[in-house]
Amino acid sequence: MNEQLTHMTKEVTAGKLTRREFMGKAAALGVSAALASTMFADAARAAGPKKGGDFKMGMSSGESTNSLDPASYASPVPAMNGRLFGDTLVEVTPDGSIEPRLAESVEGSADAKVWTFKLRPGVEFHNGKTMTSEDVLKTMERHSNEDSKSGALGIMKGIESMKADGEYFQVTLAEANADLPYLMSDYHLIVQPDGGMENPGDGVGTGPYKLETNEPGVRHLFSKFENHWSDEGHYDSVENIVINDATARMAALQSGQVHMANRVEPKVADLLGRAPNLTVESTPGRGHYVFIMHCDTAPFDSNELRMALKYAINREEMVDKILRGYGSLGNDMPINVSYPLFDTSIPQREFDLEKAKEHYQKSGHDGSPIILRTADGAFPGAVDAAALFQQSAAQAGIPLEIKREPNDGYWSEVWNVQPFCASYWSGRPVQDQMYGTAYLSTADWNDTRFKVEEFDALLLQARAELDPEKRKELYSKMGYMVRDTGGLICPMFNDFIDGISTQVAGWVTDPNGELMNQYIARKTWFA
Amino acid sequence: MHPIIKLVSQRLALGLLLLFGASALIFGLTEALPGDAAQAVLGQSATPEALANLREEMGLNRPALTRYFEWLGGIVQGDLGQSLTNKLDIAESIGKRLGNTLFLASVAAVVSVPLAIFLGLLAVQYRNRWPDKLISAITLTTVSIPEFLIGYVLVYFISVKLGWFSSLAMINDTMSFGQKLYAVALPAFVLTLVVLAQMMRMTRAAILNLMQSAYIETAELKGLTTFQVIARHAFPNAISPIVNVVMLNLAYLVVGVVVVEVVFVYPGMGQYLVDSVTKRDVPVVLACGVVFAAVYIGLNMVADIVSILANPRLRHPK
Repeated sequence: MNEQLTHMTKEVTAGKLTRREFMGKAAALGVSAALASTMFADAARAAGPKKGGDFKMGMSSGESTNSLDPASYASPVPAMNGRLFGDTLVEVTPDGSIEPRLAESVEGSADAKVWTFKLRPGVEFHNGKTMTSEDVLKTMERHSNEDSKSGALGIMKGIESMKADGEYFQVTLAEANADLPYLMSDYHLIVQPDGGMENPGDGVGTGPYKLETNEPGVRHLFSKFENHWSDEGHYDSVENIVINDATARMAALQSGQVHMANRVEPKVADLLGRAPNLTVESTPGRGHYVFIMHCDTAPFDSNELRMALKYAINREEMVDKILRGYGSLGNDMPINVSYPLFDTSIPQREFDLEKAKEHYQKSGHDGSPIILRTADGAFPGAVDAAALFQQSAAQAGIPLEIKREPNDGYWSEVWNVQPFCASYWSGRPVQDQMYGTAYLSTADWNDTRFKVEEFDALLLQARAELDPEKRKELYSKMGYMVRDTGGLICPMFNDFIDGISTQVAGWVTDPNGELMNQYIARKTWFA
Repeated sequence: MHPIIKLVSQRLALGLLLLFGASALIFGLTEALPGDAAQAVLGQSATPEALANLREEMGLNRPALTRYFEWLGGIVQGDLGQSLTNKLDIAESIGKRLGNTLFLASVAAVVSVPLAIFLGLLAVQYRNRWPDKLISAITLTTVSIPEFLIGYVLVYFISVKLGWFSSLAMINDTMSFGQKLYAVALPAFVLTLVVLAQMMRMTRAAILNLMQSAYIETAELKGLTTFQVIARHAFPNAISPIVNVVMLNLAYLVVGVVVVEVVFVYPGMGQYLVDSVTKRDVPVVLACGVVFAAVYIGLNMVADIVSILANPRLRHPK
């Protein structure tokens, strides 16, 4: 059997066997569909990319109000546009290390305060100009100066000064940070000619595809840029089509009008995977669905009550019913195994009604209903998840009252304002960034009002620590602190679920984001 | 002055006044919504610093009245301004979207209006017999089913299973007229099903009402066929109510089809307006609102004028 399979994969590599034929023959040999699918993908990848074709993407979460200005990106469609026409200095690889892109190499000083990026020579913008370190400097300035409204402003805060020097771009930090290259991989930080100071929304960058048509909320059409610096970008054209309605998106995928769709709903994923011309790719990531309590607001200022609620949530049920198995258990901390330097020995918190009752009694709560705010838009299934939480908490004698809020205005009126609500986090490439964004006392988005001096000190210490073993230990301590004293109830980490046509070859699982960290149109090709 | 010209100019002036009122109302209501464009754009990633910078850039720090009158000053000169969120020229964006909306509405109207009137006439001719009952049953059924359900069912069977039509009704400038027609076939069909019933029933009711009149009896007695009686004697007198209901449905086809747009991913005005309201993009909301109001007012005006022209008594007032 092995010989035959080897022969078959060779035929695939030589382009003699289609996917359907391969799957059929493999099934006849008793190979499971999942294994056969992987073998086919590997063999097709070995054949090397083919050029050409018009790639169409059915994407959720785009609006008529979207801009091409990278500083404004906050949802998948515009972020995908940025990936198509632009590049960042560095990128995080699927295994969590740093890959140089517009920078050829990155070097940090011994104290991790000065970081030097050596830029790739001869990189050309779509407007014909050659990228210089001035362009890089101005780009970073635009995202970090005092007029900035960039989504990356938060992560640029620690930068003390920047300078451009020939082929080098240098960043000096106020405090040491061993993770700076990870911060510079942020998808907002796309290098634009002259930093996009004049016209930030013109869509000119160094990416493999250049903008043809920009119709926000409808579609964005790109064509191949011949002078692109990398070997990515195999299609002749790429169309980023906005299909917000989930049913319409799936119909377009099934009827072959688009080659991929993001945000497949867990309840239809199994059904969709059975279609012969599609595969459903489920990628465990760092995104998590949460219920957040303000640690400084009664009654959540009592850690006993917080612990009671943490024990009163049935995580397994949530993963089963809300994610339909497309996800993993949360452990009341924002970090999971997808992060580098994660301590896997931290025990999983169980659903334990006895302990919940015990903590609830100790908290001395007067028994009045605890209001939990939720909305459909908080995360997919947030209203149902709140109902499940209410049921399981009731078994422990904890009265939860669900208040359903409108989606409209949820992020400005409820999240980070009300003391107990449903929300989500999409995760960050490294632990430092996740903790620094939402758990440092002074963080703008400290949505659990978790303000612990000892924790802040550990975070800064870990940031400056260059020895991975010691950093891991520090992160482990911090994980325990958030898990056992924080305001975060994290029942589940959600997978990214993407639907891909079997015509598309070269898929690689990448935990950094959906659709191969949005590199799908750059790194795949038509088989 | 000819009474008709006088009437039209009076109506136009009144229409402009109404538009002004509508814009003030829309502006007030959008302002009353919680949050503003800066907050909506930054969403979950809003930091106080970024919020302040964005508000400054969008000019949201200035008083509401100033902003409204600036907008009004612009629109009087034909300048719709720039979108707050993506800085694109509103006139250009709306032009495309409105063109698409009007295209879909026209296709649906060209099919549904004659069909509805024809079915109405047919129903009168066979009143209370099986063709009448069948027509009523079918049209009332289709109008009673929510349009998104009809849409999804059609998409499932006709696009996914049979592959005859595209489930994405996306049209763009590079397509030929024929390609565009093909692309909008499904949504136009759904819209036809939605608007058919009311127009058909109104035609039927208006003509049936007239069929009791003495002059119809006379026409019948002088030996005209039923269809001739209806077409030559009843229909001209029923034009007024029919035109009114037709215009109402045309207005619906232009301003009320956001659900169908979403299901078929059609780049029309509805989705544009909804997105802009969600993001509190006030200039765009105002522009869309004024366009919609203008469509309503314009079509109603047309209905009134046609009613008058169709009625000799109103056409030549004593």
